[in-house]
Amino acid sequence: MGLSLTRAAQWTPASSGTGKLESTPMNESLLKEILSFVEQFGSQHPHEALHVFQEPLQWSTTLVASDFKTDYDISDSDVLSSERDSEGLPLLQLSPPTVKVRSFSQLSKLVHLAEDKKVEEVQACLEENRYPLVKILGSSVASILQREDTDTDVLSLVDKVKDQGKDSEVKVKLFLLLQNLDNKLLSKCLEEIAGKVRLDPTAVKNEVDSLKQSSIEGEKRVLKSIRYTSDYTFSNGCRAPPWRQVDGEMCYLVIEPCDTETLCVTCSTAGVFVNGGVKQEGEESGYVRTSDVFKDLRTLLKSRSPHFAGNINTQDFAVQEPPSAQNVQHVEPVDAEEQGQPQRSYEQQEKNVHEKARLNKAGGEKKYEPCPRWRNLGLASPCGEAGGKKHSKSSGEEKSDEIQKRKLGAGAKGKMKAELSASSLPGRLSSPKIKTPAGSMPLDAFSESSSESEEEEEQPERRQESNTDLPSEYWQIQKLVKYLKGGDQTATVLTLCAMMDFNLMQETCQLAIRDVGGLEVLINLLDTDEVKCKIGSLKILRKISHNVQIRRAIVDMGGLQSIVRILDSPVKDLKALAAETIANVARFRRARRTVRQYGGIKKLVKLLGCVPDLASLSANQAKDVEVARCGALALWSCSKSTKNKEAIRRAGGIPLLGRLLKSPHENMLIPVVGTLQECASEESYRIAIQTEGMIKDLVKNLSSDNDELQMHCASAIFKCAADKPTRDLVREYKGLQPLVSLLSKAGNKQLLAAATGAIWKCSISIENVAKFQEYKALETLVGLLTDQPEEVLVNVVGAVGEFARIPANKAIIRKCGGIKSLVNLLTGTNQALLVNVTNAVGACATDMDNMAIIDQLDGVRLVWSLLKNPSAEVQSSAAWALCPCINNAKDAGEMVRSLVGGLELIVNLLKSTNNEVLASICAAIAKIAKDKENLAVLTDHGVVPLLAKQTNTTDDRLRRHLAEAIGHCCMWGSNRVSFGDAGAVAPLVRYLKSKDKEVHQSTAMALYQLSKDPNNCITMHEKGVVKPLIHIMGSDDEMLQEAAAGCVRNIRLLAMANRKAVLFN
Amino acid sequence: MSAMNRKMIQTLAETISKQVEHFNKDEVQCLIRAYNVLLGEQSVSGRAVPGLDRGKFRSILHNIFGMTDDMIMDGVFRTFDKDNDSFVSMKEWIQGLSVFLRGTLDEKIKYCFHVYDLNGDNYVSREEMFHMLKNSLIRQPTEEDPDEGIKDLVEITLKKMDHDHDGRLSFTDFEKSVREENLLLEAFGTCLPDSTSIESFEHQVFKEQVEQ
Repeated sequence: MGLSLTRAAQWTPASSGTGKLESTPMNESLLKEILSFVEQFGSQHPHEALHVFQEPLQWSTTLVASDFKTDYDISDSDVLSSERDSEGLPLLQLSPPTVKVRSFSQLSKLVHLAEDKKVEEVQACLEENRYPLVKILGSSVASILQREDTDTDVLSLVDKVKDQGKDSEVKVKLFLLLQNLDNKLLSKCLEEIAGKVRLDPTAVKNEVDSLKQSSIEGEKRVLKSIRYTSDYTFSNGCRAPPWRQVDGEMCYLVIEPCDTETLCVTCSTAGVFVNGGVKQEGEESGYVRTSDVFKDLRTLLKSRSPHFAGNINTQDFAVQEPPSAQNVQHVEPVDAEEQGQPQRSYEQQEKNVHEKARLNKAGGEKKYEPCPRWRNLGLASPCGEAGGKKHSKSSGEEKSDEIQKRKLGAGAKGKMKAELSASSLPGRLSSPKIKTPAGSMPLDAFSESSSESEEEEEQPERRQESNTDLPSEYWQIQKLVKYLKGGDQTATVLTLCAMMDFNLMQETCQLAIRDVGGLEVLINLLDTDEVKCKIGSLKILRKISHNVQIRRAIVDMGGLQSIVRILDSPVKDLKALAAETIANVARFRRARRTVRQYGGIKKLVKLLGCVPDLASLSANQAKDVEVARCGALALWSCSKSTKNKEAIRRAGGIPLLGRLLKSPHENMLIPVVGTLQECASEESYRIAIQTEGMIKDLVKNLSSDNDELQMHCASAIFKCAADKPTRDLVREYKGLQPLVSLLSKAGNKQLLAAATGAIWKCSISIENVAKFQEYKALETLVGLLTDQPEEVLVNVVGAVGEFARIPANKAIIRKCGGIKSLVNLLTGTNQALLVNVTNAVGACATDMDNMAIIDQLDGVRLVWSLLKNPSAEVQSSAAWALCPCINNAKDAGEMVRSLVGGLELIVNLLKSTNNEVLASICAAIAKIAKDKENLAVLTDHGVVPLLAKQTNTTDDRLRRHLAEAIGHCCMWGSNRVSFGDAGAVAPLVRYLKSKDKEVHQSTAMALYQLSKDPNNCITMHEKGVVKPLIHIMGSDDEMLQEAAAGCVRNIRLLAMANRKAVLFN
Repeated sequence: MSAMNRKMIQTLAETISKQVEHFNKDEVQCLIRAYNVLLGEQSVSGRAVPGLDRGKFRSILHNIFGMTDDMIMDGVFRTFDKDNDSFVSMKEWIQGLSVFLRGTLDEKIKYCFHVYDLNGDNYVSREEMFHMLKNSLIRQPTEEDPDEGIKDLVEITLKKMDHDHDGRLSFTDFEKSVREENLLLEAFGTCLPDSTSIESFEHQVFKEQVEQ
């Protein structure tokens, strides 16, 4: 009760000592729950109900003496219960308006008496007794019990409180009952919260936005400022760090009321409260709740700031205006702006930006793109922020946010970076809008659209405000773009140079350039004849094109065509810059296609022609090398599309790349090897890499000291080494040792994945495995079987599987503890990994000692259960792995039987349509059927007709194992006859015509088994089995000879018996 | 021309080519001839002149190298005319062209700075910048102060290039800026020919030599 009352119940501000429970639906349901608990307490727990409270629960009641009936001593207005405690004091005492109750039985009676006012009574009781537990049990016991509340063992609790009084047992029971109620209440609250979320990121955002609106309006303003502590919005709309989100916290605000000190506020799903001061993420102490929980910010602020409470009402009126139709009015100009009209006046543009931001919101599609945020930040709700910014600037908080930003910027990588960089400017601190799909916006309370319609009406005022609101960079860039538009060559170059001084890697600046129409101008400059302007423009474009949205915008505006055209320029600087820009822009498919369609691939390949490996270069040659490097960078980006790979090859790029591969410079080698590595997914490239002698250079660069280069080289070898000649070349050029030494760089997972991949593929050649063993590769690999990301594990396990083909290695794997790691990996879900793991386990299981360990770790069961995996590849590799397991397990038959449903599972897989699965299952069945009891079970599950059904296959691999399975399954009951009946004999005879020796062997065995049934002999004879069998008898394989001869013998015996029968009858 | 004249040119070319960086003797000869032709065009009256005067020089810059800005052309003339006698002598012509056509970055930095230093006080001041840039922006008649953009541009430029923050560009400031960003070499106006006009000029002048 304590918990749910303090945490979940929604208290009104406790300004005057005792709080009031608000009449919210949640509280009402809480009250009802408590009420029914109290009502039934007397009847359900009569013993505990008699327990006398340590202190009476006391509240002002509306009951009067006349409400009380029997069992009460009524004198005037006062009432005493006739029920008394051991000292003779009444358990209920009413002296209007106060009532004191000292036991649950009395409480329960009281609520019965109160009848229709009982809810009010309970509410009053709870409001005036904020800590009922303490009063009921006494403070010392309550605190002990609460401390132990995780410990549910009643006896130990009783022990703990024994010395607190003789009736401790009752107290504990009472406590447990109350705690039960508490839990029930809490879970009810949770249900309620889950059902109808009281606060979600959208609601909070809306409220913050609307407060921002109202916080700057002159004398009426209610707050000095309100801002988020973090600008980074997670995809779920929360701003709190993930580990706090777990607790339901969504964001933290710093609010400066007009009349009191700054408040640090946490918005959580349960409500809002003042925290210990979360100014920066990472200070755990700051998250502690230091106030009651309020249902929303307004309520919190009303309680904290009288000024706010006094003024907000007038505001509320304005905010609650319904959304106006104006939202729709500006839709048209948006499209115009999208197309980018550089000459549009600033005012109009700004207006459009509003509209665009709103559209984005409504569309929902671009939900989390930072770009509209940019707009929103200042433009869409500018009037809300001016105040906020002023203050955050003046206080030291700006600094702390800057620090935070930097910290985040350094720590976060990849995707997050782009998002975070957006938060770099002070003006952004209060960036208010989290994009939400329009549908999820609640229409009540602080509707966003209503505040926006307000904006529309107040345009002139707001525009002025917004000027002060955007980061200064925005205005500076806008000014520069204006000069770009209206300047001659000299002014343009100067302006471009000035623009380069901005931090163009920062999203704020990147998007500012786009938003003020600078991108169009920059792209237009590319089509002029002014070399210097083009250089300047490209120098900017190559930087800002690191931004995803800018890249798309460049392509949308047709800028990529212009850039591709520049690749033909005679000016080397221009070519290099253009190629570098393409390298950035061509990160997405449409851009890569554009490059190809405008002939960019050919032009880029042409850039590669230079002499990279000269010892000393003239200035001119050095420039050529730089051009080639940029060209390689661009090709690297482009090579991520299959068609471009082909285009590069057709343009003659491979030999040029091969030449650049001889360069001594890392910055050249990385894009070159990167491109080759990317293209090596194509057969044609793999052959070229092998035949043009690039393996040698790739191997050489494996020993470079640049991780990235090593990674790409290893990755290229990984992809190429699927071909045997390449594997041999890698060995020849002594590439195996550097590969093994890369395994020590376990910190760089990408590198590790590439290196292990290369080792895996190289180890397909048994000679390579032997070589690898000289460098103790296996020991290292086994060490990498744990605690690695999946992409590494797949390769490591693959390699271990290949290594395990050599008997000596099986023992090494065991000695290094690899078996256990492998078996552990069997529980994974990654299919590629499972295929490799089952492979490796199968390979290891061929060793008896290994098998013992696998068996002990229950590995067979795990492998077996992988037969249920939906992937055919996993199924078959698991079935293959089972074969040696069954072969080598100590008590295989028993083990197989112990797997409940296992045999049925395996028989059912014979219905698969995948030949590899069928073959593997047949192989497994052949092994299983060696145990007679299991064969009986298999037969019961209908293995015979299923096998017979497959006999018409022409797949030699399947034929071999199928014949083997049939041969083994003949050994039970009437299975031979059944096979004959199912028509399995005739197709088997045809198998003898196969060219595969292995097929002959297993077929001969099967035929031998089948020939023990006379009818089968007749069929065989009819199908002309004798001749090929006689031929097979001449084989040098004794088993084969024997089986063939045995079969012929059976046929012959039958014939003789026949003749005898004819002769003697 | 007479044989003697040719002899004279040859010896002259020999001495000058030793003093000039980027031309060989033959090229110098060609340049001398070209100079003489230009000089001949100019001295209509027939009386000897000490060199190419401002007007003639400017028309050369305009016609051959496509320059348009008067102020810059004056600056280029001033830079060629090392002895400040208002004439570009033959030696000055060849020395000037050496940088103009084939100068290294260092030489060009010096050259450009000299062009931009309108009053020759070894600084490019705010006022000089304003002067040189004043026509570089489209004036917006709607604005109160039509020069505001230019003034702002000057400030932006100064902020970028004035490393010692004395409100003007010294040669060191200029050199440093250009080394950081080569595009700033011709920061205040085009004063060097572009590659095509260089090519056509050299082609035209040096081709004659091959023909002879």
